[in-house]
Amino acid sequence: MYAPVNHILPLTTVERERLLPVSGTVTVKLDQRVNPTDVIGEANWSREHYLIDITRILRITPSAADRLITVSVDDRISEGEQVAVSKGIIPRTIRSEREGRVVAVGDGQILMETGDTSVKLKAGMPGIVIQVIPNKGAIIRTVGALIQGSWGNGRIDTGMLHNMTEKSSDVLDASRLDRSLRGSIILAGLLKDADTLHTAEDLPVRGLILSSISPNLLPVAQKMRFPIVAIDGIGQLPMNTVAYKLLTSNAKRETTINAEAYDRYTGTRPEVIIPLPVSEETPSPNELGTLQPGQTVRMRAAPHAGAIGTLASLRSGLTTLPSGLRASVAEVNLENGEQIIVPLVNLEIVG
Amino acid sequence: MPVSLLEDSSLLGVNVGASTTHAVLFDVVDGQYRFIALGQAPSTVHAPINDISLGVHQAISELQKVTGNIFIDDSKQLIKPAQLDGSGIDAFVATMSAGPTLRAVVVGLLPDVSIESAHRLAHTAYLQVVETIGLNDHRRPYEQIDAILSAQPDVIILTGGTDGGASRSILKIIESVGLACFLMPKIKRPTILFAGNQSLIESVKESLQNLSPSLRFSPNIRPSLATEDLAPAARELGRIFSDVRKRQMSGVDQLDAWTGERLLPSAYSKGRIIRFLSQINGSGTGILAVDLDQTAAIIAAGFNGKLSLSVYPQFGLGENLPGLLNYTKIENIMHWLHLDVAPTVVRDYLYQRSLYPDTIPVTKEDHAIVQAISREALSVALKQAISKFPPEANVTNNGMTPFFEPILVGGGICSESPTPGQTLLLLLDALQPVGITSIILDQNNLLPLLGAAAESNNLLPVHVLESGAFMSLGTIISVISSASYGTRVLRANLTYEDGSNSEVEVKFGEIEILPLGIGQTARLSLQTFSRSTIGKDLGRNSTLQVVGGVIGVVIDARGRPLSLPEDPAHRREMFNSWLSKVEG
Repeated sequence: MYAPVNHILPLTTVERERLLPVSGTVTVKLDQRVNPTDVIGEANWSREHYLIDITRILRITPSAADRLITVSVDDRISEGEQVAVSKGIIPRTIRSEREGRVVAVGDGQILMETGDTSVKLKAGMPGIVIQVIPNKGAIIRTVGALIQGSWGNGRIDTGMLHNMTEKSSDVLDASRLDRSLRGSIILAGLLKDADTLHTAEDLPVRGLILSSISPNLLPVAQKMRFPIVAIDGIGQLPMNTVAYKLLTSNAKRETTINAEAYDRYTGTRPEVIIPLPVSEETPSPNELGTLQPGQTVRMRAAPHAGAIGTLASLRSGLTTLPSGLRASVAEVNLENGEQIIVPLVNLEIVG
Repeated sequence: MPVSLLEDSSLLGVNVGASTTHAVLFDVVDGQYRFIALGQAPSTVHAPINDISLGVHQAISELQKVTGNIFIDDSKQLIKPAQLDGSGIDAFVATMSAGPTLRAVVVGLLPDVSIESAHRLAHTAYLQVVETIGLNDHRRPYEQIDAILSAQPDVIILTGGTDGGASRSILKIIESVGLACFLMPKIKRPTILFAGNQSLIESVKESLQNLSPSLRFSPNIRPSLATEDLAPAARELGRIFSDVRKRQMSGVDQLDAWTGERLLPSAYSKGRIIRFLSQINGSGTGILAVDLDQTAAIIAAGFNGKLSLSVYPQFGLGENLPGLLNYTKIENIMHWLHLDVAPTVVRDYLYQRSLYPDTIPVTKEDHAIVQAISREALSVALKQAISKFPPEANVTNNGMTPFFEPILVGGGICSESPTPGQTLLLLLDALQPVGITSIILDQNNLLPLLGAAAESNNLLPVHVLESGAFMSLGTIISVISSASYGTRVLRANLTYEDGSNSEVEVKFGEIEILPLGIGQTARLSLQTFSRSTIGKDLGRNSTLQVVGGVIGVVIDARGRPLSLPEDPAHRREMFNSWLSKVEG
């Protein structure tokens, strides 16, 4: 049976596509070495539009209006600039009420993009550009530790990893956040409250790595300008031991959080990348696996959600669970030596 | 005599669900179509595979192992028609529900006419309406354009104007739709369905043909102010669903080709079989089908050939699960729990499950939470669906479910319950049926495939439905009463075919079971007390013939609408007593 793979790897090759939201200019070249904050692409993105309906304003037919329009596609128009002028003894001038760029002209109308925003796409992680995607972005390769999570707020940033925990279920509160943490990526367990998030934003921090996050904090976390990743999901779960050990052992290193939302269809997951200096080639991780004895696995549901174990055996046939449901199961040895039975669909391979 | 194009032929059906792909063989046995066997495999719709064909081939391969037949050749192509050596299949149908919810923008004129119908149309597929634009929309055209752009729709449904009626207003809005599509990158442009004033078809083609990867047309869903006809547009929307899925994931094009480009959404196909059954039923009584799985809650109700189909992705048990809390409170879910669980645990579970919808509950506590969530999701979905039922449903304003016979229950619900008794209690709580009805489980998910088969073979569904391929839970007698808890409300005496009998007195607030096996019939005498009723057509004393099932004859004397005790401990105690009763 195919099983999802959750990457928690101390050393691997990571290749990630970084794309502009709209077509633009890619500013890096093939084989170029980039830092996380380097701009690799730029685009102008207008989120708003403005329509000038000459037909309606002058009460004429669309074809007549077309003949009166004095601007063309791609023209940049200032506020108050003439866009059409009528004929006659006393010509009437139509002016744009907004500044913008003409994107379409026809049927007696002028459609403009307004509120132009310049988008700068950062590399997001140190590495080498292995492919340039014209007008869109690039694929960057780096070697280092990779820790994937379960929930992310969609932001991306890089900073020094600062461990604020003594154990993976520690609760972070606002009083522990001081100016010395400005610009850091903070490794915490759970969050006490929304105030903690607001204080972190005020510092500001560059990111938060949590074991899990309470559903009540999700709306606030979504609005934070810095990336937040919850490694083991939503609720009050401690961080899985493999991820926790890997993160704590890499404290003080430059770390990137790409807190992309977990999407089963596209395969995107929030992740933490810690680039490491290596001389030899490191293989890329497998994206798909089949469950086999001896594998390290992570439980995705209660009663051991987030726990790490070793798959001991796959039982044949169906087994009745304490819930009464019947499912294909595996016997899994937990780190404390306890053997448990887990439905195969509740497992993911760590690797 | 109905005409069958596939008489004496075998039919292979494949249904691609969010978590499981089913391959089902139907064939002729003793002159009747029968469900022969089922093969299933995990669906391979998610990353990194993103190719449904792997799951489809595995499910068919499982079916081949069970039946000993060969349906797929070495080059992984369907063998069709059946060969002299016994390999292959005469007909093939497929349905699909897997995949992310499609985002839809609805465009129409009047909110309570074309826009309302367009929303109803959107609910016949796995769509979520994310933006609505109409005549009463006071936004400026460029604001409407920006609204469409930020909605990022997969589908735009254009309606408005009765045939030969208003055209100027709808053309004005269509202009904004065209401009919005023009501004989108080509790869992200939505499929457009025009189901409005038919005199505008040429104008719509002229405006939008080059701005959408697929511009489709259907007859007007509101040909006149007083008429609504969703059926042709729903069929077209079903095809749009398949087209979008083809663009989203690999393997869909091959499956669609195997069906002769008739791959349809599972919910639509299920709706079609319900409409068909309500048509041949002809008794004037409604037929209800419900299902709940990762992708959606589905309520399909048929009344004399008229279908009300509602697909609610927002109430599905998958990625959209936290969205349920936009329609109900956590306290309402807590009301359905038979174990003492903290609200924070329920909330955490709901969110965590949305991250990993494929997981199954291991502990009794988690299972109780899933069952409580399912009850609430199904209950909210049914209430919303009832508000859209046609006049034939005789919906009353007392908050009660209209009378249906039978109630068909989809495989999604069955898979979450370990016993038929637990499934029954979930359904009684969530649906609260009235009168005397039967509940039938479609544990093998056959209904969508029967709906797909019905398009070219109207004998097959009838034969299979009559064949015992479905599991009847039994006959349900629902008592309505204003008596206080513990008051005697009903005496029931069941006389079996061998002359023996079984009698029970039922108090208000109780569930009682009279044993009656699958397929067995018996005479049931009912006597009500304390001004209690069972149905408007039954007096205080009545006798009727009933059919048994896995559970038997179930008397639900908890009243309608069901009112649960406010005290949590008392409520849990009652739940556990009902549970132990239905579990036997």
